[in-house]
Amino acid sequence: MEVLLYTILTLCVLGVLAAVILYFVAQKFRVEEDPRIDEVEKMLPGANCGGCGFAGCRGMADALVKRDDISELFCPVGGGDCMKAIAGYLGKAAAEKQPEVATVRCGGTCEKRPRTNEYNGVKSCAVAASLYVGETGCAFGCLGFGDCVAACAFDAIHMNPETGLPEVDPDKCTACGACVKACPKMVIELRKKWPKNRAVYVSCVSKDKGAVVMKACKAGCIGCGKCEKVCAFGAITVENNLAYIDPQKCKLCRKCVNECPTGAIKLVGMEPLPKEPKAPAAPKAAPAATKEPNHES
Amino acid sequence: MANKLLVAPAPHVQTSQSTARIMRDVVIALMPALVVSTIVFGVDVLRVTAISVAACVVFEFLIQKYVVRGPLTVSNWSAVVTGVLLAFNLPASIPWWIVLIGAFVAIAIAKMTFGGLGKNPFNPALVGRVFLLVAYPVQMTTWPMPVQNGAFDALSGATPLAAVKQGIAGPDALGVQDLLLGNMPGSLGEVAALALLVGFAYLLWRRVITWHIPVTILVTMAVFAFLVALCSGESGAMLWQLPLFHVLAGGAILGSVFMATDYSTSPMTVKGGVIFAVGIGVITMLIRLWGAYPEGMSFAILLMNACVPLINKYVQPKRFGVK
Amino acid sequence: MKTFPIGGVHPSANKLSSAKAIEVLPLPEVVTIPLAQHIGAPAVAKVAKGDKVLTGQLIAEAGSFMSANIHSPISGTVTAVDLVPNGQGLRQMMITIKREGDEWAEGIDRSEQLVKACDLSAQEIIARIKAAGIVGMGGATFPTHVKLSIPAGKKAECVIINGVECEPYLTSDHRMMLEHGEELVVGVTILMKAVGVEKAYIGIENNKPDAIEHLSKIAAQYKGIEVVPLKVRYPQGGEKQLIAAVTGRQVPPPPALPIDVGAVVCNASTTYAVYQAVQKGMPLIQRVVTITGKNLKEPKNLLTRMGTPVSALIAAAGGLPEDAGKVINGGPMMGRAMVNLDSPVTKGCSGITVLSERDARRHESSQCIKCAKCVAACPMGLEPYYLSKMTQKKNWDELEARMITSCIECGCCQSTCPAYLPLLDWVRLGKQTVMGRIRARAAAAAPKK
Repeated sequence: MEVLLYTILTLCVLGVLAAVILYFVAQKFRVEEDPRIDEVEKMLPGANCGGCGFAGCRGMADALVKRDDISELFCPVGGGDCMKAIAGYLGKAAAEKQPEVATVRCGGTCEKRPRTNEYNGVKSCAVAASLYVGETGCAFGCLGFGDCVAACAFDAIHMNPETGLPEVDPDKCTACGACVKACPKMVIELRKKWPKNRAVYVSCVSKDKGAVVMKACKAGCIGCGKCEKVCAFGAITVENNLAYIDPQKCKLCRKCVNECPTGAIKLVGMEPLPKEPKAPAAPKAAPAATKEPNHES
Repeated sequence: MANKLLVAPAPHVQTSQSTARIMRDVVIALMPALVVSTIVFGVDVLRVTAISVAACVVFEFLIQKYVVRGPLTVSNWSAVVTGVLLAFNLPASIPWWIVLIGAFVAIAIAKMTFGGLGKNPFNPALVGRVFLLVAYPVQMTTWPMPVQNGAFDALSGATPLAAVKQGIAGPDALGVQDLLLGNMPGSLGEVAALALLVGFAYLLWRRVITWHIPVTILVTMAVFAFLVALCSGESGAMLWQLPLFHVLAGGAILGSVFMATDYSTSPMTVKGGVIFAVGIGVITMLIRLWGAYPEGMSFAILLMNACVPLINKYVQPKRFGVK
Repeated sequence: MKTFPIGGVHPSANKLSSAKAIEVLPLPEVVTIPLAQHIGAPAVAKVAKGDKVLTGQLIAEAGSFMSANIHSPISGTVTAVDLVPNGQGLRQMMITIKREGDEWAEGIDRSEQLVKACDLSAQEIIARIKAAGIVGMGGATFPTHVKLSIPAGKKAECVIINGVECEPYLTSDHRMMLEHGEELVVGVTILMKAVGVEKAYIGIENNKPDAIEHLSKIAAQYKGIEVVPLKVRYPQGGEKQLIAAVTGRQVPPPPALPIDVGAVVCNASTTYAVYQAVQKGMPLIQRVVTITGKNLKEPKNLLTRMGTPVSALIAAAGGLPEDAGKVINGGPMMGRAMVNLDSPVTKGCSGITVLSERDARRHESSQCIKCAKCVAACPMGLEPYYLSKMTQKKNWDELEARMITSCIECGCCQSTCPAYLPLLDWVRLGKQTVMGRIRARAAAAAPKK
C-alpha cells in the first residue's frame, strides 16, 4: 500500500512540476500573431493543396491578412464566394475570378493514336518526358502515366484504362492547378467552367504539321483553319499548326465542332448542331457524335 | 521483328543477383551448420527447423494475403531465412507450440507490422527468440546434451557460457576443437563454429555480405576479452584463451555473420557498419561478463538495431571529391 | 594496378567486336544532320534548301562560344532544313542532304601519310579544332575547343587520354587505338601543346592488353607520354573517375571542373579527330561506330559518315534480329534507347547496341531490402536509395544537401539493385529538378548585384 501511495505522489509531483515548467516556457517563447490569421484560415477550405501558390492554407491566410492589396491572391478551391467572405471580414477588395475547371486537351486514345513502342521505365510522365517522345508517335500529347492523377488532392482526375487518357470529374475539380503543373507536356489547361459542365475545346496540343499529326494520331488538330473561318466571334486562332478556342470569347455556338475534319474539337454536355444536309456522311456521323456527350455526362 | 521496341532510361542491364537469390544464398550458407547440428543433437533439430520455417512462411503468406492485401512477396525466401534463423536460436528440445509462437512473433510482430521485408527495424528472428526467452525461460534454457556425449558430464545441461557464468567451469574447460565442431550443449545453430564459418565464406564468395560487420564484431569481442583478462591479472595461456572462448562459444559467430548483417537492420555504409559492429561487440561482452544473462548477442544486436536509423542519418558515405 | 577510389561495378564486358577491324560503311544516299549534336547552343544553319554542298564544307556555324561547327559529311543538295524526329522521336532541327557523288571541299588532306611535325601555336591549334567542329566523342559531346581554352587563373598540368571504354559491348575506341595508334599519339602531342603541358597519360583498362602494348611502344618515341594500364571497373571512363584513377586527385563536387585539379581529359577517338583536324585539315564528318549485340549476325566496327541513318548500320551488321527488344544509341549502361531507327549517327554516337527482348525487358521491381549495394556501388559516394526516395517525395532541399548534383548518371546503382528498383530513373529526375532550382536561384540572385 505504501508503495502505491509513494508512486502516485511522485507522479503527481512530477506532473505539476512539468506543468509549471511548460507554463513558463510557453510564456517566454510566445509568438504574438494576428488573431485574424486564425480566423481567415478557418474560412479557407483547408485543403492545403497549394493551388494559391502558398505551401498551405495557413500561408495563404497569413498573406491575406498581412498584405494590403489582396487582388492577386485567389483560392481556387474556395472560389469567389470564399474570397468575398474573407475580403469582407478583412475589409479589403477581393479578386474576382470566374470558376474554372481542369481540361485535358488530348484526344489521342489507344484506338486513335496507336502505340509504336513500349515504355519499360518507371511509370512517371516526368521521367518518360525527359527521356523521349512517348509510347506513340505524337510528341505533344498525353503520355498516359498519370502524374496528374498522383498530383490531384481532390480525387478529381482518373486514368481511363480504355482510352489511356486522364478524365476530370468537373464536380470534384477545384481548379487548384496541381495537375497543370504536374503535366510535363502541358496538356491540361484551366478553362472557364460553364453551367452544367458544358464545354467546347480543342482536344489537342500538337504543334506538328498536319501530315505529321495524321500519321501519329487520328484525332489530332492538323491546323487546317476551318474552325477559325467558321467562328463568328473570333474566338478561334490557329498558331503553329494548332487551333485554340479562347474560352472568354467562345459562346458555345458549336459551329466549329461540325467543321473539324478530325474531330479534334470536343463538345461536352451538349448535343451537337444538326449537320447540314449537304454532307452525305451526316447520318453516319450524327449518332456517333450524339453518343459522346451522353457518355460524358 | 515481332514486337514493339522497348524503351527505358539507362542503364539497360540488371544484376542477376535478385532478392530471392540473395535470400536463397543465405539459406544455403546456413545448411552446413544445420547438418552439423543434426549430427550433434539428432533429428530433433530437423523437427524444430521444419516447424519454424513452415510456420514463418505460412504466417507471412496469410498476413500478406488477408491482412496487408498488398503484392504477395512470400516467394522471395526471406521468411525461410527468418524461419531457419529462429530455429537456430532455439534448443533442440523445445516443444512445437513454442516454436509456433516464436515464428508468429517474428513474422507478424517484428516484420509485417512494420511493412515487411526491408522495413523492419529489428531482426525478426531475434525478436522472436528474445520474446520466447522472456516468456518461456525454462524451456528456452533447457539445453539438451549432444547425442554422442560422453566426456561432458561436468557441463551437463548448461551451455559453456552459462557454465562459465555460474562458475561451474573455466573458459578453458572446452578445447578449441570442441568449440569449433560443436560438441557441447547449446541452441541449434550456435554450436558449430566451423560450419558457420563455412557459411560465412560462402556468403562472401557470393557477394551477399561484406566482411566488415562480422569481423569487426568478433575482433571487438576478442580485444575486449583480452583487455579484461589483462586487467584481471591473468597471464600466459588465459590471455588468449578467454578471447578465443568468447569468440567461439555461444552465438557470437551465428549472430555476427547471419543476424547482425541482416540488410534492413544494419547501417547502409561501411563506416556505419563498423560503428554498429563495435557496439554489438562491446554490449555482448558487457552482458556476458557482468549482465544477468550468460549470452548477450541477441540483446546486443537488437539494441544496436535501434541505433541504425540514427547511424544512417549521421554517417554518410564519403563523397567523391569532398575532403 | 590503378583504379578509381570508390564504388563501381563489373558488368559483363560482351566486347563482341573487339577483334573486328574497322570497315568503311558505304556512303548513305541521304543524310540528316542535327544542328544540336553537342552540349551548348545549337549551331546555326548556313545553307538553305536547294544549296549544293561539298564533303567537308561548313554547313552550320557554332551558335556561341559553347557550341560547335558542323560540316557536310557528303556532297550533294540540301533538300530540307526542318524539324525531324531524332532517335528518341523528339523533333529537332536538322539539315537533310541528298548525296550526289563524293566531292570534297578544298584543303582537306585525305592521304594516309602520317604528319608528325606541328609548329602551330596553342591558339592556332585551338582555332583549327574549333573550325573542325570537334566535340567529345565518348558520348558527352562537350566542345573540345572550350575544354582546351583554359580559363584565366587556372593551370593545366596534364592531358589524360581516355582509352578506357568501360561501357560494355563498345569497341570503337579500342579499334581506333589499335589501327590509328600513330596518329592518336601525334594527336596527344598536339593536345599537350594546345594546353601547354609536358605530361600526358593514356588510360587504358587492362582488358585491352593489345592496345596497351601497341600504344606503349609508340608513346616511347615521344617525351612525356605514358600509357597507364587500369584495373577493369565500370565507370572508369567517367571523366572524374579517370582523373582519380590516373592522378589520384579527386575533382571537387560541381560546379568544379577537371581543370580545377589540373587535368584536361580527351577521349581516344576525339584525339584522333584532333590529329585529323590540325594536321590534315579534316573536319569532324565521320567516326567509328560499333554496331553490336549478341543476336546480330555480324557485330562490326564501321567508319561511318555523320548523318547516316542508324538503320543502315544495322543492315550492314545483318539486319535487326527477330527477337530484338531494344536498340540503344551507345552502350547498355549509359546509352539512350531509340524509337526511331532512321535517325542519324551523330558526333557522340560511339556505338549502337541491339539487345534481345529477353535481355532488355526490366525485371519486375519489388521493395527495397536496404542491402546498401547501391551505396557501395556509387562511384560518387552518394546514397542512391535515399535520393530516389526523396525524389519521389519531392524533397528537393534534402536532395541538394545530399549532393544529388554530383550524380554522373553512370547507372551502377540501378544495375546492381537486387530488388530491381528504378533508382536512377528517379535520381535523374531529382537531379534535373534540383539543378533547375539552383539555376533559378542564381538567376533570381543575379539582378540584385
